[in-house]
Amino acid sequence: MIKLIGVLVVAAGFALRFNTLLVVLAAGIATGLVAGMPFNDIMALFGKYFVENRYMTLVVVLMVPVIGLLERYGLQERAETLIRRAKAATAGRVVLLYTAVRQISISLGINLGGHAAAVRPLIAPMAEGAARARHGELSEQTVQDIRAHAAAAENIGNFFGEDIFIAVGAILLMKGFFDALKIEVSLWAMARWGIPTALVAFGVMAWRTRELDRRIARAAKPPGPKEGGA
Amino acid sequence: MSPLLTVEFFYGVTGAVLALVAGRIALDAGHPKRWGSALFWGLLAVVFIFGKILPPVGTGYLLLTMVLLAAAGQVGRSNEATSTKPERVLRAGVLQNRIFWPVLLIPASAIVGSLCLGRIHFGTFELADPKQATLISVGIGMLLALAAGLTVTRARITVPVAEGSRLLQTVGWAVILPQLLAALGGIFAQAGVGPVVAGLVSRALPTQFPFVAVAAYCLGMALFTVIMGNAFAAFPVITLGIGLPLIVQQHHGNPAIMASIGMLSGYCGTLLTPMAANFNLVPALLLELPDKHAVIKAQVPMALVILATNVLLMYFCVYRF
Repeated sequence: MIKLIGVLVVAAGFALRFNTLLVVLAAGIATGLVAGMPFNDIMALFGKYFVENRYMTLVVVLMVPVIGLLERYGLQERAETLIRRAKAATAGRVVLLYTAVRQISISLGINLGGHAAAVRPLIAPMAEGAARARHGELSEQTVQDIRAHAAAAENIGNFFGEDIFIAVGAILLMKGFFDALKIEVSLWAMARWGIPTALVAFGVMAWRTRELDRRIARAAKPPGPKEGGA
Repeated sequence: MSPLLTVEFFYGVTGAVLALVAGRIALDAGHPKRWGSALFWGLLAVVFIFGKILPPVGTGYLLLTMVLLAAAGQVGRSNEATSTKPERVLRAGVLQNRIFWPVLLIPASAIVGSLCLGRIHFGTFELADPKQATLISVGIGMLLALAAGLTVTRARITVPVAEGSRLLQTVGWAVILPQLLAALGGIFAQAGVGPVVAGLVSRALPTQFPFVAVAAYCLGMALFTVIMGNAFAAFPVITLGIGLPLIVQQHHGNPAIMASIGMLSGYCGTLLTPMAANFNLVPALLLELPDKHAVIKAQVPMALVILATNVLLMYFCVYRF
Protein backbone atom coordinates (compact mmCIF):
# COMPACT_ATOMS: atom_id res chain seq x y z
CA MET A 1 0.00 0.00 0.00
CA ILE A 2 2.81 2.42 0.92
CA LYS A 3 4.01 2.11 -2.70
CA LEU A 4 0.96 4.11 -3.78
CA ILE A 5 2.43 7.21 -2.11
CA GLY A 6 3.42 8.55 -5.56
CA VAL A 7 -0.19 8.39 -6.73
CA LEU A 8 -1.21 10.29 -3.60
CA VAL A 9 1.46 12.96 -4.20
CA VAL A 10 0.26 13.44 -7.80
CA ALA A 11 -3.41 13.65 -6.78
CA ALA A 12 -2.73 16.09 -3.93
CA GLY A 13 -0.24 18.15 -5.95
CA PHE A 14 -2.59 18.50 -8.93
CA ALA A 15 -5.52 19.35 -6.63
CA LEU A 16 -3.52 22.03 -4.80
CA ARG A 17 -2.27 23.40 -8.14
CA PHE A 18 1.43 23.21 -7.38
CA ASN A 19 3.77 23.41 -10.38
CA THR A 20 3.03 20.23 -12.35
CA LEU A 21 6.66 19.43 -13.14
CA LEU A 22 7.56 19.71 -9.45
CA VAL A 23 4.63 17.46 -8.44
CA VAL A 24 5.67 14.76 -10.91
CA LEU A 25 9.31 14.88 -9.86
CA ALA A 26 8.33 14.75 -6.17
CA ALA A 27 6.03 11.78 -6.81
CA GLY A 28 8.86 9.88 -8.50
CA ILE A 29 11.32 10.68 -5.71
CA ALA A 30 8.81 9.67 -3.01
CA THR A 31 7.97 6.39 -4.77
CA GLY A 32 11.63 5.57 -5.30
CA LEU A 33 12.63 6.35 -1.71
CA VAL A 34 9.76 4.22 -0.35
CA ALA A 35 10.91 1.35 -2.58
CA GLY A 36 14.40 1.69 -1.04
CA MET A 37 16.24 3.27 -3.96
CA PRO A 38 19.14 5.69 -3.24
CA PHE A 39 18.54 9.29 -4.43
CA ASN A 40 21.15 9.07 -7.20
CA ASP A 41 19.51 5.93 -8.59
CA ILE A 42 16.18 7.74 -8.75
CA MET A 43 17.82 10.62 -10.65
CA ALA A 44 19.43 8.07 -12.98
CA LEU A 45 16.03 6.46 -13.65
CA PHE A 46 14.51 9.86 -14.40
CA GLY A 47 17.43 10.59 -16.75
CA LYS A 48 17.19 7.22 -18.49
CA TYR A 49 13.45 7.32 -19.13
CA PHE A 50 13.51 11.02 -20.05
CA VAL A 51 16.07 10.31 -22.79
CA GLU A 52 14.21 7.19 -23.98
CA ASN A 53 11.02 9.23 -24.40
CA ARG A 54 12.50 12.16 -26.32
CA TYR A 55 10.30 11.16 -29.27
CA MET A 56 7.28 12.61 -27.42
CA THR A 57 8.70 16.13 -27.64
CA LEU A 58 10.43 15.78 -31.01
CA VAL A 59 7.28 16.24 -33.08
CA VAL A 60 6.13 19.43 -31.32
CA VAL A 61 9.56 21.09 -31.43
CA LEU A 62 10.14 20.20 -35.09
CA MET A 63 6.67 21.33 -36.17
CA VAL A 64 6.49 24.77 -34.55
CA PRO A 65 8.97 26.59 -36.85
CA VAL A 66 7.11 25.45 -40.00
CA ILE A 67 3.67 26.02 -38.56
CA GLY A 68 4.72 29.40 -37.13
CA LEU A 69 6.11 30.50 -40.49
CA LEU A 70 3.01 29.45 -42.44
CA GLU A 71 0.66 30.94 -39.86
CA ARG A 72 2.43 34.26 -40.20
CA TYR A 73 1.66 34.12 -43.92
CA GLY A 74 -2.03 33.47 -43.32
CA LEU A 75 -2.42 29.67 -43.20
CA GLN A 76 -5.25 29.73 -40.66
CA GLU A 77 -7.02 32.60 -42.41
CA ARG A 78 -6.84 30.79 -45.77
CA ALA A 79 -8.20 27.56 -44.22
CA GLU A 80 -11.12 29.62 -42.87
CA THR A 81 -11.75 31.25 -46.26
CA LEU A 82 -11.88 27.89 -48.03
CA ILE A 83 -14.30 26.33 -45.59
CA ARG A 84 -16.68 29.28 -45.90
CA ARG A 85 -17.33 28.23 -49.50
CA ALA A 86 -18.54 24.78 -48.41
CA LYS A 87 -22.18 25.44 -47.64
CA ALA A 88 -22.80 22.16 -45.81
CA ALA A 89 -19.86 22.66 -43.44
CA THR A 90 -20.43 23.10 -39.72
CA ALA A 91 -17.84 23.04 -36.95
CA GLY A 92 -19.11 19.66 -35.79
CA ARG A 93 -19.02 18.15 -39.28
CA VAL A 94 -15.45 19.33 -39.91
CA VAL A 95 -14.36 17.78 -36.62
CA LEU A 96 -16.27 14.55 -37.30
CA LEU A 97 -14.83 14.24 -40.81
CA TYR A 98 -11.33 14.62 -39.37
CA THR A 99 -12.08 11.84 -36.87
CA ALA A 100 -13.08 9.54 -39.74
CA VAL A 101 -10.02 10.38 -41.84
CA ARG A 102 -7.76 9.84 -38.83
CA GLN A 103 -9.39 6.52 -37.86
CA ILE A 104 -9.36 5.08 -41.37
CA SER A 105 -5.82 6.15 -42.25
CA ILE A 106 -4.30 4.88 -39.03
CA SER A 107 -6.16 1.59 -39.32
CA LEU A 108 -4.27 1.19 -42.61
CA GLY A 109 -1.01 1.91 -40.81
CA ILE A 110 -0.60 5.52 -41.94
CA ASN A 111 -0.07 8.03 -39.16
CA LEU A 112 -1.44 11.32 -40.54
CA GLY A 113 -2.21 14.41 -38.58
CA GLY A 114 -1.32 15.30 -35.03
CA HIS A 115 -2.07 18.18 -32.71
CA ALA A 116 0.81 20.31 -33.98
CA ALA A 117 0.78 19.31 -37.65
CA ALA A 118 -2.96 19.26 -38.37
CA VAL A 119 -5.24 20.36 -35.52
CA ARG A 120 -3.72 23.75 -34.76
CA PRO A 121 -2.94 24.92 -38.33
CA LEU A 122 -5.90 23.38 -40.21
CA ILE A 123 -8.68 21.55 -38.38
CA ALA A 124 -9.36 24.06 -35.59
CA PRO A 125 -9.35 27.10 -37.95
CA MET A 126 -11.59 25.27 -40.45
CA ALA A 127 -14.07 24.29 -37.73
CA GLU A 128 -14.08 27.87 -36.40
CA GLY A 129 -14.43 29.21 -39.95
CA ALA A 130 -17.41 26.97 -40.64
CA ALA A 131 -19.09 28.20 -37.46
CA ARG A 132 -18.36 31.86 -38.31
CA ALA A 133 -19.73 31.46 -41.83
CA ARG A 134 -23.05 30.34 -40.32
CA HIS A 135 -23.34 32.38 -37.17
CA GLY A 136 -21.08 35.42 -37.51
CA GLU A 137 -18.60 36.37 -34.80
CA LEU A 138 -18.23 33.74 -32.06
CA SER A 139 -17.85 34.22 -28.33
CA GLU A 140 -14.50 33.33 -26.76
CA GLN A 141 -16.21 30.46 -24.95
CA THR A 142 -17.55 28.99 -28.20
CA VAL A 143 -14.12 29.21 -29.85
CA GLN A 144 -12.58 27.31 -26.93
CA ASP A 145 -15.34 24.70 -27.08
CA ILE A 146 -14.65 24.12 -30.80
CA ARG A 147 -10.89 23.89 -30.29
CA ALA A 148 -11.19 21.43 -27.41
CA HIS A 149 -13.36 19.17 -29.58
CA ALA A 150 -10.91 19.41 -32.50
CA ALA A 151 -8.15 18.21 -30.15
CA ALA A 152 -10.43 15.44 -28.86
CA ALA A 153 -11.11 14.30 -32.45
CA GLU A 154 -7.38 13.83 -32.95
CA ASN A 155 -7.16 11.64 -29.84
CA ILE A 156 -10.31 9.60 -30.52
CA GLY A 157 -9.38 9.03 -34.17
CA ASN A 158 -5.84 8.06 -33.26
CA PHE A 159 -6.62 5.74 -30.33
CA PHE A 160 -9.65 3.95 -31.74
CA GLY A 161 -8.27 3.28 -35.21
CA GLU A 162 -4.78 2.16 -34.34
CA ASP A 163 -5.64 -1.24 -32.88
CA ILE A 164 -7.16 -2.45 -36.14
CA PHE A 165 -3.75 -2.41 -37.83
CA ILE A 166 -1.70 -5.47 -36.88
CA ALA A 167 1.80 -4.11 -37.26
CA VAL A 168 1.65 -1.39 -34.62
CA GLY A 169 2.52 -0.96 -30.98
CA ALA A 170 -0.59 -2.10 -29.15
CA ILE A 171 -1.22 -5.33 -31.05
CA LEU A 172 2.45 -6.30 -31.06
CA LEU A 173 2.71 -5.56 -27.35
CA MET A 174 -0.26 -7.82 -26.60
CA LYS A 175 1.12 -10.57 -28.86
CA GLY A 176 4.51 -10.38 -27.13
CA PHE A 177 2.84 -10.53 -23.73
CA PHE A 178 0.88 -13.70 -24.61
CA ASP A 179 3.88 -15.31 -26.37
CA ALA A 180 5.95 -14.89 -23.21
CA LEU A 181 3.25 -16.79 -21.29
CA LYS A 182 2.97 -19.43 -24.06
CA ILE A 183 -0.70 -18.60 -24.73
CA GLU A 184 -1.69 -18.94 -28.39
CA VAL A 185 -3.47 -15.75 -29.58
CA SER A 186 -3.76 -14.65 -33.20
CA LEU A 187 -2.80 -11.13 -34.30
CA TRP A 188 -5.75 -11.07 -36.68
CA ALA A 189 -8.26 -11.96 -33.98
CA MET A 190 -7.02 -9.14 -31.75
CA ALA A 191 -7.07 -6.65 -34.64
CA ARG A 192 -10.59 -7.75 -35.71
CA TRP A 193 -11.98 -7.35 -32.19
CA GLY A 194 -10.82 -3.74 -32.23
CA ILE A 195 -13.39 -2.91 -34.90
CA PRO A 196 -16.60 -2.82 -32.78
CA THR A 197 -15.12 -0.30 -30.34
CA ALA A 198 -13.78 1.76 -33.26
CA LEU A 199 -17.33 2.03 -34.63
CA VAL A 200 -18.70 2.89 -31.19
CA ALA A 201 -16.04 5.60 -30.79
CA PHE A 202 -17.01 7.12 -34.13
CA GLY A 203 -20.68 7.05 -33.13
CA VAL A 204 -19.87 8.78 -29.85
CA MET A 205 -17.92 11.44 -31.76
CA ALA A 206 -20.92 11.93 -34.09
CA TRP A 207 -23.13 12.48 -31.04
CA ARG A 208 -20.71 14.93 -29.36
CA THR A 209 -20.13 16.94 -32.55
CA ARG A 210 -23.88 17.26 -33.09
CA GLU A 211 -24.20 18.53 -29.54
CA LEU A 212 -21.35 20.93 -30.29
CA ASP A 213 -23.18 22.32 -33.33
CA ARG A 214 -26.35 22.74 -31.25
CA ARG A 215 -24.45 24.60 -28.54
CA ILE A 216 -22.89 26.90 -31.14
CA ALA A 217 -26.28 27.65 -32.71
CA ARG A 218 -27.85 28.31 -29.31
CA ALA A 219 -25.02 30.63 -28.22
CA ALA A 220 -25.21 32.56 -31.50
CA LYS A 221 -28.97 33.03 -31.52
CA PRO A 222 -29.90 36.41 -30.05
CA PRO A 223 -32.57 36.06 -27.38
CA GLY A 224 -35.63 36.77 -29.53
CA PRO A 225 -38.91 38.28 -28.37
CA LYS A 226 -40.92 35.90 -26.25
CA GLU A 227 -43.75 34.45 -28.26
CA GLY A 228 -47.16 33.94 -26.76
CA GLY A 229 -48.32 31.06 -24.65
CA ALA A 230 -47.97 30.09 -21.03
CA MET B 1 26.08 -1.52 -41.28
CA SER B 2 24.06 1.01 -39.39
CA PRO B 3 21.27 2.79 -41.30
CA LEU B 4 21.91 6.17 -42.88
CA LEU B 5 18.93 7.88 -41.26
CA THR B 6 18.32 7.33 -37.57
CA VAL B 7 16.04 9.01 -35.06
CA GLU B 8 19.17 10.19 -33.26
CA PHE B 9 19.86 12.54 -36.20
CA PHE B 10 16.44 14.16 -35.77
CA TYR B 11 16.98 14.41 -32.00
CA GLY B 12 20.06 16.41 -32.97
CA VAL B 13 17.96 18.68 -35.22
CA THR B 14 15.42 19.09 -32.40
CA GLY B 15 18.27 19.99 -30.05
CA ALA B 16 19.53 22.57 -32.55
CA VAL B 17 16.05 24.19 -32.70
CA LEU B 18 15.96 24.28 -28.89
CA ALA B 19 19.45 25.81 -28.80
CA LEU B 20 18.30 28.54 -31.21
CA VAL B 21 15.34 29.26 -28.93
CA ALA B 22 17.71 29.51 -25.94
CA GLY B 23 20.07 31.77 -27.90
CA ARG B 24 17.29 34.13 -29.00
CA ILE B 25 16.09 34.46 -25.41
CA ALA B 26 19.62 35.15 -24.14
CA LEU B 27 19.99 37.98 -26.68
CA ASP B 28 16.57 39.46 -25.91
CA ALA B 29 17.17 42.15 -23.29
CA GLY B 30 13.41 42.77 -22.98
CA HIS B 31 12.58 39.16 -22.03
CA PRO B 32 10.88 39.16 -18.62
CA LYS B 33 12.64 35.95 -17.47
CA ARG B 34 15.69 36.19 -19.68
CA TRP B 35 18.33 34.05 -17.94
CA GLY B 36 16.09 31.42 -16.35
CA SER B 37 14.31 30.78 -19.65
CA ALA B 38 17.55 30.71 -21.67
CA LEU B 39 19.01 28.18 -19.22
CA PHE B 40 15.87 26.01 -19.31
CA TRP B 41 15.77 25.73 -23.12
CA GLY B 42 19.57 25.42 -23.29
CA LEU B 43 19.60 22.46 -20.88
CA LEU B 44 16.80 20.81 -22.85
CA ALA B 45 18.89 21.27 -26.01
CA VAL B 46 21.80 19.53 -24.25
CA VAL B 47 19.59 16.57 -23.29
CA PHE B 48 18.35 16.23 -26.87
CA ILE B 49 21.75 16.45 -28.53
CA PHE B 50 23.83 14.52 -26.00
CA GLY B 51 21.12 12.33 -24.43
CA LYS B 52 22.67 9.12 -25.64
CA ILE B 53 26.19 9.97 -24.43
CA LEU B 54 25.39 11.61 -21.09
CA PRO B 55 25.29 9.30 -18.05
CA PRO B 56 21.64 8.91 -16.96
CA VAL B 57 22.35 10.30 -13.50
CA GLY B 58 23.79 13.45 -15.13
CA THR B 59 20.66 13.85 -17.26
CA GLY B 60 18.63 13.32 -14.08
CA TYR B 61 20.32 16.27 -12.36
CA LEU B 62 19.95 18.47 -15.48
CA LEU B 63 16.26 17.58 -15.37
CA LEU B 64 16.11 18.44 -11.66
CA THR B 65 17.60 21.88 -12.47
CA MET B 66 15.02 22.46 -15.23
CA VAL B 67 12.14 21.49 -12.94
CA LEU B 68 13.40 23.79 -10.16
CA LEU B 69 13.75 26.69 -12.63
CA ALA B 70 10.15 26.16 -13.79
CA ALA B 71 8.83 25.76 -10.24
CA ALA B 72 10.59 28.96 -9.14
CA GLY B 73 8.76 30.85 -11.90
CA GLN B 74 11.97 31.61 -13.79
CA VAL B 75 10.74 30.24 -17.16
CA GLY B 76 8.49 32.69 -19.00
CA ARG B 77 7.32 33.91 -22.39
CA SER B 78 8.92 36.63 -24.42
CA ASN B 79 6.83 39.65 -25.31
CA GLU B 80 8.00 39.79 -28.92
CA ALA B 81 5.41 41.15 -31.31
CA THR B 82 3.96 38.91 -34.00
CA SER B 83 1.87 39.53 -37.11
CA THR B 84 -1.59 41.04 -36.79
CA LYS B 85 -4.80 39.54 -38.14
CA PRO B 86 -5.25 42.12 -40.99
CA GLU B 87 -1.64 41.50 -42.09
CA ARG B 88 -2.27 37.76 -42.23
CA VAL B 89 -5.56 38.11 -44.12
CA LEU B 90 -3.74 40.27 -46.68
CA ARG B 91 -0.92 37.76 -47.12
CA ALA B 92 -3.40 34.87 -47.31
CA GLY B 93 -5.05 36.69 -50.23
CA VAL B 94 -1.72 36.93 -52.02
CA LEU B 95 -0.56 33.35 -51.57
CA GLN B 96 -4.01 31.76 -51.98
CA ASN B 97 -3.86 27.96 -51.87
CA ARG B 98 -0.10 27.79 -52.32
CA ILE B 99 0.15 28.20 -48.55
CA PHE B 100 -1.20 24.64 -48.14
CA TRP B 101 1.52 22.84 -50.10
CA PRO B 102 4.08 22.82 -47.29
CA VAL B 103 1.54 21.55 -44.70
CA LEU B 104 0.38 18.80 -47.05
CA LEU B 105 3.96 17.60 -47.46
CA ILE B 106 3.87 16.42 -43.84
CA PRO B 107 1.08 13.81 -44.27
CA ALA B 108 2.34 12.97 -47.78
CA SER B 109 5.72 12.16 -46.34
CA ALA B 110 4.05 10.10 -43.59
CA ILE B 111 2.26 8.01 -46.24
CA VAL B 112 5.34 7.50 -48.41
CA GLY B 113 7.54 6.95 -45.37
CA SER B 114 5.36 4.34 -43.72
CA LEU B 115 4.95 2.47 -47.00
CA CYS B 116 8.55 2.34 -48.19
CA LEU B 117 11.09 3.93 -45.87
CA GLY B 118 11.88 0.69 -44.04
CA ARG B 119 12.25 -1.26 -47.29
CA ILE B 120 14.86 0.75 -49.15
CA HIS B 121 18.30 -0.80 -48.88
CA PHE B 122 21.42 -1.15 -50.99
CA GLY B 123 22.74 -4.62 -50.23
CA THR B 124 23.07 -4.71 -46.45
CA PHE B 125 23.08 -0.94 -46.25
CA GLU B 126 19.72 0.35 -45.06
CA LEU B 127 18.42 3.86 -45.68
CA ALA B 128 16.48 3.94 -42.41
CA ASP B 129 15.80 1.66 -39.48
CA PRO B 130 12.36 0.12 -40.25
CA LYS B 131 11.39 0.24 -36.55
CA GLN B 132 11.82 4.01 -36.54
CA ALA B 133 10.17 4.63 -39.92
CA THR B 134 7.25 6.67 -38.53
CA LEU B 135 9.39 9.13 -36.56
CA ILE B 136 11.91 9.45 -39.36
CA SER B 137 9.22 10.19 -41.94
CA VAL B 138 7.82 12.89 -39.63
CA GLY B 139 11.32 14.36 -39.42
CA ILE B 140 11.82 14.27 -43.18
CA GLY B 141 8.33 15.69 -43.74
CA MET B 142 9.13 18.58 -41.45
CA LEU B 143 12.40 19.42 -43.24
CA LEU B 144 10.65 19.24 -46.65
CA ALA B 145 7.79 21.38 -45.35
CA LEU B 146 10.23 23.97 -44.03
CA ALA B 147 12.05 24.14 -47.37
CA ALA B 148 8.74 24.40 -49.25
CA GLY B 149 7.45 26.99 -46.77
CA LEU B 150 10.50 29.19 -47.24
CA THR B 151 10.16 28.90 -51.03
CA VAL B 152 6.44 29.66 -51.13
CA THR B 153 6.56 32.59 -48.70
CA ARG B 154 10.03 33.84 -49.76
CA ALA B 155 10.62 34.53 -46.07
CA ARG B 156 14.07 34.66 -44.56
CA ILE B 157 15.25 31.72 -42.43
CA THR B 158 15.03 33.94 -39.34
CA VAL B 159 11.21 34.02 -39.63
CA PRO B 160 10.57 30.32 -38.83
CA VAL B 161 13.14 30.55 -36.02
CA ALA B 162 11.42 33.58 -34.50
CA GLU B 163 7.87 32.23 -34.92
CA GLY B 164 8.85 28.75 -33.74
CA SER B 165 10.52 30.22 -30.70
CA ARG B 166 7.42 32.28 -29.90
CA LEU B 167 5.07 29.29 -30.31
CA LEU B 168 7.28 27.03 -28.23
CA GLN B 169 7.30 29.61 -25.46
CA THR B 170 3.48 29.66 -25.45
CA VAL B 171 3.66 25.94 -24.58
CA GLY B 172 6.47 26.79 -22.15
CA TRP B 173 7.91 24.41 -19.56
CA ALA B 174 4.94 22.05 -20.07
CA VAL B 175 6.67 20.85 -23.23
CA ILE B 176 8.78 18.44 -21.11
CA LEU B 177 5.80 17.22 -19.07
CA PRO B 178 5.06 14.21 -21.33
CA GLN B 179 8.64 12.94 -21.01
CA LEU B 180 8.72 13.56 -17.27
CA LEU B 181 5.43 11.71 -16.80
CA ALA B 182 6.72 8.82 -18.89
CA ALA B 183 9.70 8.68 -16.53
CA LEU B 184 7.35 8.69 -13.53
CA GLY B 185 5.49 5.77 -15.12
CA GLY B 186 8.79 3.93 -15.45
CA ILE B 187 9.59 4.52 -11.77
CA PHE B 188 6.09 3.36 -10.73
CA ALA B 189 6.68 0.16 -12.72
CA GLN B 190 10.15 -0.37 -11.16
CA ALA B 191 8.77 0.15 -7.66
CA GLY B 192 5.97 -2.39 -8.23
CA VAL B 193 2.94 -0.09 -8.02
CA GLY B 194 0.98 -2.22 -10.52
CA PRO B 195 0.48 -5.45 -8.58
CA VAL B 196 -0.73 -3.41 -5.59
CA VAL B 197 -3.47 -1.80 -7.71
CA ALA B 198 -4.43 -5.11 -9.37
CA GLY B 199 -4.61 -6.76 -5.94
CA LEU B 200 -6.80 -3.97 -4.54
CA VAL B 201 -9.27 -4.16 -7.45
CA SER B 202 -9.60 -7.95 -7.47
CA ARG B 203 -9.92 -8.16 -3.68
CA ALA B 204 -12.53 -5.42 -3.44
CA LEU B 205 -14.95 -7.02 -5.93
CA PRO B 206 -16.92 -10.31 -6.05
CA THR B 207 -15.10 -11.58 -9.16
CA GLN B 208 -16.71 -15.05 -9.04
CA PHE B 209 -19.44 -13.55 -11.27
CA PRO B 210 -18.38 -13.45 -14.96
CA PHE B 211 -19.79 -9.95 -15.43
CA VAL B 212 -17.94 -8.60 -12.41
CA ALA B 213 -14.69 -10.12 -13.73
CA VAL B 214 -15.16 -8.30 -17.05
CA ALA B 215 -16.10 -5.03 -15.37
CA ALA B 216 -13.13 -5.29 -12.97
CA TYR B 217 -10.73 -5.87 -15.87
CA CYS B 218 -12.02 -3.02 -18.07
CA LEU B 219 -12.30 -0.55 -15.20
CA GLY B 220 -8.94 -1.73 -13.84
CA MET B 221 -7.35 -1.00 -17.23
CA ALA B 222 -8.96 2.45 -17.36
CA LEU B 223 -8.12 3.28 -13.72
CA PHE B 224 -4.52 2.14 -13.91
CA THR B 225 -4.08 4.03 -17.19
CA VAL B 226 -5.39 7.17 -15.47
CA ILE B 227 -2.67 6.68 -12.83
CA MET B 228 0.16 5.81 -15.24
CA GLY B 229 -0.93 7.99 -18.15
CA ASN B 230 -0.24 5.10 -20.53
CA ALA B 231 -2.36 2.06 -21.42
CA PHE B 232 0.71 0.12 -22.54
CA ALA B 233 2.04 0.26 -18.99
CA ALA B 234 -1.32 -0.84 -17.59
CA PHE B 235 -1.84 -3.81 -19.93
CA PRO B 236 0.69 -6.34 -18.59
CA VAL B 237 -0.06 -5.48 -14.96
CA ILE B 238 -3.87 -5.60 -15.11
CA THR B 239 -3.96 -8.54 -17.53
CA LEU B 240 -1.69 -10.62 -15.28
CA GLY B 241 -3.43 -9.49 -12.11
CA ILE B 242 -7.10 -9.57 -13.17
CA GLY B 243 -7.66 -10.58 -16.82
CA LEU B 244 -5.86 -13.92 -17.12
CA PRO B 245 -6.69 -15.44 -13.70
CA LEU B 246 -10.35 -14.39 -13.69
CA ILE B 247 -11.64 -14.03 -17.26
CA VAL B 248 -9.50 -16.64 -19.05
CA GLN B 249 -8.67 -19.24 -16.39
CA GLN B 250 -11.67 -19.09 -14.05
CA HIS B 251 -14.42 -18.28 -16.56
CA HIS B 252 -12.83 -19.63 -19.81
CA GLY B 253 -13.07 -16.38 -21.79
CA ASN B 254 -11.37 -15.76 -25.15
CA PRO B 255 -7.98 -14.06 -24.56
CA ALA B 256 -7.89 -12.25 -27.94
CA ILE B 257 -11.24 -10.53 -27.32
CA MET B 258 -10.28 -9.77 -23.74
CA ALA B 259 -6.92 -8.23 -24.71
CA SER B 260 -8.26 -6.20 -27.62
CA ILE B 261 -11.22 -4.64 -25.83
CA GLY B 262 -9.18 -4.39 -22.62
CA MET B 263 -6.52 -2.26 -24.30
CA LEU B 264 -9.22 -0.02 -25.78
CA SER B 265 -10.68 0.38 -22.27
CA GLY B 266 -7.23 1.54 -21.22
CA TYR B 267 -7.38 4.20 -23.95
CA CYS B 268 -10.60 5.51 -22.35
CA GLY B 269 -8.45 6.11 -19.27
CA THR B 270 -5.92 7.97 -21.44
CA LEU B 271 -8.69 10.35 -22.54
CA LEU B 272 -9.42 11.20 -18.89
CA THR B 273 -6.03 11.83 -17.36
CA PRO B 274 -3.69 14.82 -17.13
CA MET B 275 -0.93 12.19 -16.77
CA ALA B 276 -1.20 11.68 -20.56
CA ALA B 277 0.11 15.20 -21.06
CA ASN B 278 1.16 14.81 -24.68
CA PHE B 279 -2.43 13.94 -25.69
CA ASN B 280 -4.36 16.15 -23.29
CA LEU B 281 -2.38 19.07 -21.82
CA VAL B 282 0.15 20.04 -24.50
CA PRO B 283 -2.64 20.29 -27.16
CA ALA B 284 -4.62 22.62 -24.86
CA LEU B 285 -1.55 24.87 -24.66
CA LEU B 286 -0.86 24.59 -28.40
CA LEU B 287 -4.43 25.69 -29.11
CA GLU B 288 -4.00 28.54 -26.60
CA LEU B 289 -6.89 27.44 -24.40
CA PRO B 290 -6.87 29.26 -21.05
CA ASP B 291 -8.16 26.14 -19.26
CA LYS B 292 -5.45 23.51 -19.73
CA HIS B 293 -7.93 20.77 -18.82
CA ALA B 294 -10.40 21.85 -21.54
CA VAL B 295 -9.49 18.91 -23.81
CA ILE B 296 -10.00 16.40 -20.99
CA LYS B 297 -13.36 18.00 -20.15
CA ALA B 298 -14.50 17.63 -23.78
CA GLN B 299 -13.41 13.99 -23.71
CA VAL B 300 -15.06 12.95 -20.41
CA PRO B 301 -18.51 12.08 -21.87
CA MET B 302 -16.92 10.27 -24.81
CA ALA B 303 -14.56 8.24 -22.63
CA LEU B 304 -17.30 7.18 -20.19
CA VAL B 305 -19.71 6.08 -22.94
CA ILE B 306 -17.02 4.14 -24.83
CA LEU B 307 -15.84 2.51 -21.60
CA ALA B 308 -19.35 1.43 -20.63
CA THR B 309 -19.93 0.03 -24.13
CA ASN B 310 -16.63 -1.85 -23.91
CA VAL B 311 -17.70 -3.54 -20.68
CA LEU B 312 -20.97 -4.71 -22.26
CA LEU B 313 -19.28 -5.67 -25.53
CA MET B 314 -16.68 -7.77 -23.74
CA TYR B 315 -19.29 -9.38 -21.48
CA PHE B 316 -21.46 -10.45 -24.42
CA CYS B 317 -18.55 -11.62 -26.61
CA VAL B 318 -15.65 -12.87 -24.50
CA TYR B 319 -17.45 -15.93 -23.10
CA ARG B 320 -19.19 -16.74 -26.40
CA PHE B 321 -16.62 -16.81 -29.19
